[in-house]
Amino acid sequence: MRTILDFEKPIAELDANIEALKRITAEQGIDKSEQIAALERDRERLLREIFRNLTPWDRTLLARHPQRPYALDYIRVIFDDFIELHGDRQFGDDGAIIGGMAWLNEKPVMVIGQQKGRDLKERQRRNFGMAKPEGYRKALRLMHLAQKFGRPVITFVDTPAADPGVESESRGISEAIARNLREMIMLKVPIVSIVIGEGGSGGALGIAVADRVLMLEYAIYSVIPPEGCAAILWRDPKRAPEAAEALKLTAHDAQRFGVVDEVIEEPLGGAHRDPLAAAQTVKEALLRHLPPLQKLSVGKLRESRYERYRNLGMWHIATE
Amino acid sequence: MQRGWFVRRSRTEGLAIDEMNDAWVKCNGCQQILFARDFERNLKVCPRCGHHHRLSARERIELLADPATFVERDAEVVSADPLGFPEYADKLSKGRANSGLPEAMVSGTCTLSGIPIVLAVADFAFMGGSMGSAVGEKVARAMEYALEQRLPIVICSCSGGARMQEGLLSLMQMAKTCAAAAKLHEIGIPYISVLTDPTMAGVLASYASVGDVVIAEPGALIGFAGQRVAQQAQVVKPPPNFQTAEFQLEHGMVDIVVPRKELKHTLQRILRFFTGG
Ligand SMILES: [Zn+2]
Repeated sequence: MRTILDFEKPIAELDANIEALKRITAEQGIDKSEQIAALERDRERLLREIFRNLTPWDRTLLARHPQRPYALDYIRVIFDDFIELHGDRQFGDDGAIIGGMAWLNEKPVMVIGQQKGRDLKERQRRNFGMAKPEGYRKALRLMHLAQKFGRPVITFVDTPAADPGVESESRGISEAIARNLREMIMLKVPIVSIVIGEGGSGGALGIAVADRVLMLEYAIYSVIPPEGCAAILWRDPKRAPEAAEALKLTAHDAQRFGVVDEVIEEPLGGAHRDPLAAAQTVKEALLRHLPPLQKLSVGKLRESRYERYRNLGMWHIATE
Repeated sequence: MQRGWFVRRSRTEGLAIDEMNDAWVKCNGCQQILFARDFERNLKVCPRCGHHHRLSARERIELLADPATFVERDAEVVSADPLGFPEYADKLSKGRANSGLPEAMVSGTCTLSGIPIVLAVADFAFMGGSMGSAVGEKVARAMEYALEQRLPIVICSCSGGARMQEGLLSLMQMAKTCAAAAKLHEIGIPYISVLTDPTMAGVLASYASVGDVVIAEPGALIGFAGQRVAQQAQVVKPPPNFQTAEFQLEHGMVDIVVPRKELKHTLQRILRFFTGG
């Protein structure tokens, strides 16, 4: 079932009209090309107008859009081949984090990503993209494997949060995330992270400590979901749109804070309207960012990664 | 989540206000009325039920540092309001008033039973001990100073997690503090993490979990997700001791649960293991 967001409705209507005219052309051989072209122009104008005025809450909904491309959709387009590897060698295999060997323009890379499910069954198997300790530990195992053989690491970030359940707590979800943060800082190979959808708090950060962090235009990155923030601030989760505004969770905010190095433009109307084009843009960005990192010495690479994170934050020096 | 804070009786009743009303406290564990003098002498641990009530940063420094040896560092690092977040400026003023501190973390150097260390202690009375940019900066600076001076570091956490009011910048303090911890780890500077009530979310999922030794106080609330979120998410019914020090010990996430009156001595013994004394 397709989901259409409220602000997408006028576009969806035009989409339907255009489809209908194309069907008539195909089925009845009547030339409707002029009308189609006119409607397509209308649609483009409308898309530009709507997407120029998106609120942070609109962007939150886009980031969570059920049709939005997920990590595996990007992986299939961007890489020549992908061999998925499973398990953390300690407890099990987590469907919410996928990873494996891939080739970017024939060069071997280690790819790791948070994966949401497309249908109900897959969503359950992948726990809605909420990783458990074994997911973070699998990711770390693959990063260490990449380090051992000098392969760069590329991570796709897309999770509402880490799994908050009893099982995850019992197996040390906090320790798993904390260890990843510490180990990723010291990893001897380049890391590039791309926030493709939801950058949900510590759950996202657990695979997103990198030399370069890129972020899709309509992705979000936040310390807390807007609903949770509104519940704490105003005891009213329905005020999430206001909270989204206050949290400064958009890609451009993240760039302004120095958390994100580049905002990757999405196809008009969002990545879900043209997943192939979105993946191509991401691929181009990877090909721009990865080679300079691979030229750095291990010492220089790790030192600049340290400095990158060491310098994040804004505080005052009190003068009295 | 005011669990663990003790309640003084109202200051408005009676004549000998100070003497009368500061003479009694009510235990948050067993609800018994206790002599304040006994309670204080017992380090705010209930003599009847053993409930460990929260200490302020100053009180904990007094507990651990040898008398008159604590020298504060980086006191000038305080919070800004980088997002212009609703009510944050207000909450910061209240935090300062409640805690009597400029920020939610106090750091410095001292000796502990004669052993020179770097000591950093969070204070819950300042916005729930939450970690924003300033707290992250103070933790990172304390760790870097420990590295520079080749001193062991002890950090006592007491925090609800990352500070929401600084958004993504608070989240990044998790990476920043773990980056500093990574350097300690690589060089081999001893780092002892003490988890007190509560140590949650973004603090537990960052520097507090990567100590060489992780100690917890009895009964402390220690966990990843806030109780409400955790409860909503439960498919499996949480055990009665869910997200306590004892639960974390049972599941291998904590090395030792140490009663408060033994904390300094235990730290001294562990520090001696590392420093060879
Ligand atoms: Zn008691």
